[in-house]
Amino acid sequence: MRKQLAAGPYLIWMIGFTVIPLILIVYYGLTDASGAFTLNNVLAIMQPTRMNALFRSLKLSLICTAICLLLAYPLAMILKKMSHGGRSGLLIFIFILPMWMNFLLRTMAWQVILSRTGLINTLLSVLGLPPAKLINTNGAIVFGMVYNYLPFMVLPLYNVMVKISDDVIEAAHDLGAGWLQTFVHIILPLSVPGIISGITMVFVPALTTFVISDVLGGGMILLIGNVIEQEFTFTANWNLGSGLSLILMIFILISMFLIAKYDKEGNGTAF
Amino acid sequence: MKKIITFGLVLTILTVSLAGCGGSSDDAETETRDTKPGINGQVKIYNWGEYIDEDVIELFEEKTGINVIYDTFDTNETMYPIIETGGIAYDAVCPSDYMIEKMIQNNLLQEINFDNIPNMKYIDETVMEGSRDFDPENKYSVPYTYGTLGIVYNTTKVHEPVTSWNILWDEKYDDEILMYNSVRDAFVAPLRLLNQDINSMDDTALNTATDMLIKQKPLVQSYVMDQIKDLMICGSASLAMCYSGEVLAMQEENPDLAYALPEEGSNFFIDSWVIPANAENKENAEAWINFLNEPEIALKNFEYITYSPPNTGAQELIDKELLSNPAVFPDEKILKKCTVFHTLGSDGDAKMNDLWMEVKGADW
Repeated sequence: MRKQLAAGPYLIWMIGFTVIPLILIVYYGLTDASGAFTLNNVLAIMQPTRMNALFRSLKLSLICTAICLLLAYPLAMILKKMSHGGRSGLLIFIFILPMWMNFLLRTMAWQVILSRTGLINTLLSVLGLPPAKLINTNGAIVFGMVYNYLPFMVLPLYNVMVKISDDVIEAAHDLGAGWLQTFVHIILPLSVPGIISGITMVFVPALTTFVISDVLGGGMILLIGNVIEQEFTFTANWNLGSGLSLILMIFILISMFLIAKYDKEGNGTAF
Repeated sequence: MKKIITFGLVLTILTVSLAGCGGSSDDAETETRDTKPGINGQVKIYNWGEYIDEDVIELFEEKTGINVIYDTFDTNETMYPIIETGGIAYDAVCPSDYMIEKMIQNNLLQEINFDNIPNMKYIDETVMEGSRDFDPENKYSVPYTYGTLGIVYNTTKVHEPVTSWNILWDEKYDDEILMYNSVRDAFVAPLRLLNQDINSMDDTALNTATDMLIKQKPLVQSYVMDQIKDLMICGSASLAMCYSGEVLAMQEENPDLAYALPEEGSNFFIDSWVIPANAENKENAEAWINFLNEPEIALKNFEYITYSPPNTGAQELIDKELLSNPAVFPDEKILKKCTVFHTLGSDGDAKMNDLWMEVKGADW
């Protein structure tokens, strides 16, 4: 009884800010302006421009997720090693430090650094090299995504890594497994929940972002997030915007299904 | 230093002109006094943010004894529902052209009694004519500022004269061009090059315009809004679409910048004072509008907000150096080819948005 009472605030929060908004999106997405049922808002994704934007978003967010995984996995292993001496705390602190700053500000700072007359190009010209086209490219957007979402990959990976007992790894070595075999047969399988959770936590926000593409893409590269944003801000067509959001929700549901399948113990959660 | 000199100049001009008018403005003053203060002796003003020199409010209060309650808004779209619901009965509001059109259509405005606004005689006839696009009989609105959508360019990088929207398609300026990240503004350039109305809903014209923008995309550095100012001031781009009211402030930061109104014509905007239907102090509102159109006051206001006044009295007093600046005084002939935006309705907006997404989503 006590427990239920304590869950009250959380329940109100969940219902008020997650469940009701979700129901509203589903309602708007499946009705037209007059309130009649329609699938047109969802099927509107078939329009070539929107389809292209969706594929571009999928492509960029998959690249971003892969880079994050490649960067974060070794880092998580290093952090695990360091955690024996209790030194990992500081490193994680440094790693999380940028997140104390506003997300938008950090992204705009990169806009200045990458711009034509920015830091990098100034350096290049000092060295006598030709300026590079950095800003307003797919590369700049992927870079901004990796920069902003990398911590979401590192933390769940680190969480599962520290829980892998050293005894297990030692036992593998005792039984004659080499470094590679230990990694492939012991560490990797045991860290799967963290990998899955990390992938989801990076892939979902990267797929839906519209700020990063606006700031670092100069409005030149259209992602599905930008398409939806326009429907809400410019045409004020909430029905269409919600319908397109439902498509994105399918990808999010797939991710959640994967988490539920591989992460039954809830090991991989970030915080 | 430069600012101090300008300030000094403004001050001198003001004192001189005020002193000069001391004798002759008696008539105007008695006229103002004849209008009785409204029931509350106050007037509720609703204006854009940063769109008045605040000293003007004090001067008005001193002169008329009417107490001003002053509120601001950020966009026409946020202002509209407040007037529509009538929660606060504002006496004078300053929306843009297309929004005034919508307010007239929905009976939210009342006719202005121009007997109380003798300074109407100063309002530029061209601007009055432009106003008829949204206020067909000039019954509901008094123009406050006007301006055009044109091209701002850096004279150290663009050595040829800028006369046409075509220059935004010139391959010489690859990666040097900035376009507004807003569909209505962006489409003005191709539509005028095609000699089409900027409010056109003609499919062929719009599709050709879309193709032109897609063709232009490889040359465009980025589609942005307010950043145009920063990028042009710091020299990161050479050519950009820009609203004329922003230009003076930009030129102060970077004197190499110049403004051109393309000969094909463009968008012409007018922000005007209107009186909502539920206003409680109509006569005070009229006194307010009249006061703003005293030439010296209109000039003082212009020096602060840098959006051109349609007030011919103020125009005569303006620094002669600015007379040749097309950002302040657009060419009359080209101005005739400029039109205001009209609301396109939700279907029209949806159509324009689809075309814009096509442009923005195009690979290049």
